[in-house]
Amino acid sequence: MTSNQFMFLLFSAVIVIFSILTVTSRRILRAATFLLFVLVATAGLYFLLKYNYLAAIQLALYAGGIVVLIIFSILLTSHINERLPTSGLMKKLPAALIAILGAALCISVILQYNFIGAVGTTEPTNVKLIGESLINYGKYGYALPFEVISVLLLAAMIGAIILAKKRKD
Amino acid sequence: MFEGVPLSWFLILSTIMFFVGVYGFLVRKNLITILMSIELILNSVCINFVAFNKILYPEHMEGMFFTIFIIAVAAAEASVAIAIIINIYRRIASIDVEKMDKMKY
Repeated sequence: MTSNQFMFLLFSAVIVIFSILTVTSRRILRAATFLLFVLVATAGLYFLLKYNYLAAIQLALYAGGIVVLIIFSILLTSHINERLPTSGLMKKLPAALIAILGAALCISVILQYNFIGAVGTTEPTNVKLIGESLINYGKYGYALPFEVISVLLLAAMIGAIILAKKRKD
Repeated sequence: MFEGVPLSWFLILSTIMFFVGVYGFLVRKNLITILMSIELILNSVCINFVAFNKILYPEHMEGMFFTIFIIAVAAAEASVAIAIIINIYRRIASIDVEKMDKMKY
């Protein structure tokens, strides 16, 4: 077993265990903390694949931004020692059945397909190349999605402010 | 194959993560935990994109850009969803999905 395989198995074990704990933990603040572990392990996978910029974005935006937002909203809306009521077995069983059947189907399809990996050399992704691609409108340029994302973020910001502000009535 | 790690390992990992998220989405009753399940699902999709990009087409960067855009969309979605959740909490003092029947009839 190479060191890459060992690191991959380590990260994937962390991801699987803590994502299961995220959806089953009865304390909501602990569930948010387990989600943070999952996101950090995913950033580790990106580091393993040598996408350093992407891993930095994952850490800063997901692990830093979204989890902090979720934890703030948990502190605003629920009591700190409150335990969530569990769903009944009649609700858990069909959900578990759907999840296990879907996962089994997808994994069997994945294992049957023979992926042919590329043999070329991989060039390192540097931030200069990424920035030039984001504002390039030619081939392999992403100017249009970049602008669409800008409009989306503006709309989300306005929507969040309007939804969360107090009404005067 | 990325330096000893086959592509199917990444795909199996993201499949498990995706369906754990689906299970949480179906079972949970608190709105914030449902939002956390959605984050799990989005994150598994990101892993898929990155692994495909690195192992099948390492000379392009499509998967990486799609992952960046997915993360941006997830941030926008989380902010709007939390604004809606706080608004609901202000009105009915609960974020349980079974108590949300104020707009019925």
